[in-house]
Amino acid sequence: MTKVSLPTWTPETPTLEADLDRSRGRGIGTRFRAGRTKYLLGAICIALIVVMLAPLVFSVLASIKPTVEASAVPPNYFPTELSLESYDRLWNYGSGLPQYLGNSFMTAFLTIAMTLILTVPAGYGLARFPIPGKEVIFVLLLLALIIPYQALLTPIFLMFSSLGLTNSLLGLAIIHTTIQLPFSVYIMRNAFEAVPRELEEAAVVDGANSWQVLRRVFLPTMVPAVITVTLFAFVMSWNEFLGALVMLNRDASYTLPLILAAARSVTSLGSTDWGMLQAGVTIAVIPCVLVYLLLQKYYVSGLYSGAIK
Amino acid sequence: MNATKHSKLTGLLYLTPAIVFVLAFTAYPFFQMAWVSLNSWSLITPPKFVGLENFVRAFADSQFWVSLRFTLKYTLLITPILMVGGYLIALLTTTNTWLNRLTRTIVFMPVVIGLGASSFLWYWLFSANYGLVNKLLMDIGVIDQPILWLGVDATVSNWAVIISVVWKVLGFGMILFVAAIQGIPSEINEAALVDGASFWQRVRKVFLPLTRRTVLLVTLISVIGSLLAFDQFYIMTAGQPQNLTATSVFYVYLNSFPYLKLGYGAALSLLLAFIILMFTVIQIVLSRRSEA
Repeated sequence: MTKVSLPTWTPETPTLEADLDRSRGRGIGTRFRAGRTKYLLGAICIALIVVMLAPLVFSVLASIKPTVEASAVPPNYFPTELSLESYDRLWNYGSGLPQYLGNSFMTAFLTIAMTLILTVPAGYGLARFPIPGKEVIFVLLLLALIIPYQALLTPIFLMFSSLGLTNSLLGLAIIHTTIQLPFSVYIMRNAFEAVPRELEEAAVVDGANSWQVLRRVFLPTMVPAVITVTLFAFVMSWNEFLGALVMLNRDASYTLPLILAAARSVTSLGSTDWGMLQAGVTIAVIPCVLVYLLLQKYYVSGLYSGAIK
Repeated sequence: MNATKHSKLTGLLYLTPAIVFVLAFTAYPFFQMAWVSLNSWSLITPPKFVGLENFVRAFADSQFWVSLRFTLKYTLLITPILMVGGYLIALLTTTNTWLNRLTRTIVFMPVVIGLGASSFLWYWLFSANYGLVNKLLMDIGVIDQPILWLGVDATVSNWAVIISVVWKVLGFGMILFVAAIQGIPSEINEAALVDGASFWQRVRKVFLPLTRRTVLLVTLISVIGSLLAFDQFYIMTAGQPQNLTATSVFYVYLNSFPYLKLGYGAALSLLLAFIILMFTVIQIVLSRRSEA
C-alpha cells in the first residue's frame, strides 16, 4: 500500500481560509446576494448562530442558578438571581474538583508529550531517509486507524491489569496516544516532506549530523505541525470517555468526563443535582472552546489535511 | 554506499519508538484479542479453549442482532441529516463575509467539545420535567404534556440522541464542504454564471460533481463514527428501554466489563472491527484514487 491518503502539508499557509480568501471562493454566491435574498440569508445565518449557541448558553445559565431554581419544575430559562452554589458543590465533590481537573490535565499532557516524542522523529524518518519497506512501516503506524480502539479495549485492559497500568493516568494516556498516533504521523510526515531539500543539504555540507539537522533546520519549520498535533491530542484526551470509563475505577483517578457521569447520580432535593451537572459541563467545555477560538486556523487546516487530502 | 547504509539505519532509529509503540499497544492487543475470542474466559476462572463457539453464540444471540440493527438504524438516520445539513450550511456560508465566518465559527464550535459533555448537556435539556426542550415545546403550544424523551421509547430516545449529535457534529462536515467548495476553480463557476445558470443549477452541475470526493469521504468518516457510537447512548439512555438502544460498542462493553465475559466480548469486538474494516478499506481506496 502506498501513501495512504496524504496531502503535502504546507506550513507557509497554515490557514485554509487565509489561503482561499485570496484567490477563490469569491464569485460563488454573488448573483445570489442581491436585494432581499441577502437579508434572508443573513437572517438564516443569525438563526443558525442562535440555535447552535443556545444549548451552551442555557447550560452556563443553569450552572449559575441557585440550587432550588436549578432543579425547579417547570424550569426557568433564565436565572432570577445569580449564585455559585453549584460550582461550590462541584468543587467539593468526591476527591474535589482540583484533583479531577489535575487528572485530566495530566492525562492530556502525557498524551501530548508521548505523541510528539513518537511522531516527530517518525515523521522525520519517513520523510527524509531511504528506509527499506518504508510503506509497510507507514501502514503499520496507521494500524490504529484500521482497528478502532473501541474494539481493543478488552485486551488492552488485560495487558494493563498485569502491568499495573489500570487506574493510572499514564495507562490512559497510552490509550489516548494510540488513538492520536495515525493522524499525528500523517501530519508530521507531510510537514517534514514540505521542507525544501536545499535547507537540509546546506546544513549537511556544514558537517551537521542528522540529529543536529532535525533540531536546527527542521524544528523551527515544524511549529505549525507541532501546534496542530498538540491541539488535536489535547482536545481528544480531555474529552475521551470510553477508555477512561474502562480503565479508571477509583474515584481519585477519575478524569473530568467520568466525574460528570458520577455527578449525575448525586441528588439534591430528590432529583439529579442539575445545577452541579451543568457546572461540570461548563468547566469541561471551557478549555476546548478557548483553544479552538485561539487556534482555529490550525484546527481547520489540520482537519482538512487529516480527513480529506 | 556506506553513507546510504548509515542513513538507512539512522532513519530506522528515528522510527523505532513509534513502531515499538504500535506493536505493543495496537498489534499485540489485536492478536491477543483474536486468541481470547477463541476462549471462554470470565477473568475469575482460567481461560478455556472453545474454538469458534463464541462466534457461533454471537450469531444466535438476539441482543447482538438487536444492537447491530439499532446501530445501523442510528447510522442510516443520522448520516443523511449530517450530510445534507452540513452541505446546505456550507453553501450558505461559503463566501467569506464577516457574518458567514462568524456562522461557521459558531456552527463548528460544538465539534471541539466532548461528546461526553455534550451528552450530559442534552441529557438535561431532554429531561422530561427539568429540561428546557419540553418547557419550550409547551410554551409555544406544540405539546400539552411533557414528552418522556429518554429511555422510555426506543424510537423517541434515538431521535433525541440524534438531535444532540447533529448539534454536536454538524460543523464537521460543513467546514470540510466549505473548503471543498472554495477550492473549485473560480473560472468554472464564472463560466457557469456567464451561461446564465441559476444558483441551484450551479449547485447541481458544478458544486456537487466537483466536491463529490469530499462528500464521499465525509460520509464515510461519519458512517464509521456512527457505527462506533457509545458515549451518547451510554450517557443519555443507558441502553434503555430493555437494552433496545444499546449500540454495538455498548454491547461489547457490557459483555467485556460489567459482565466480564472476556472471550465473548473479544469475539464481538472482532466482528465489530471487521465491519468497520470494510468501510475503512473503501475510505482508503477513495483517498488513494484521488492521488493518481
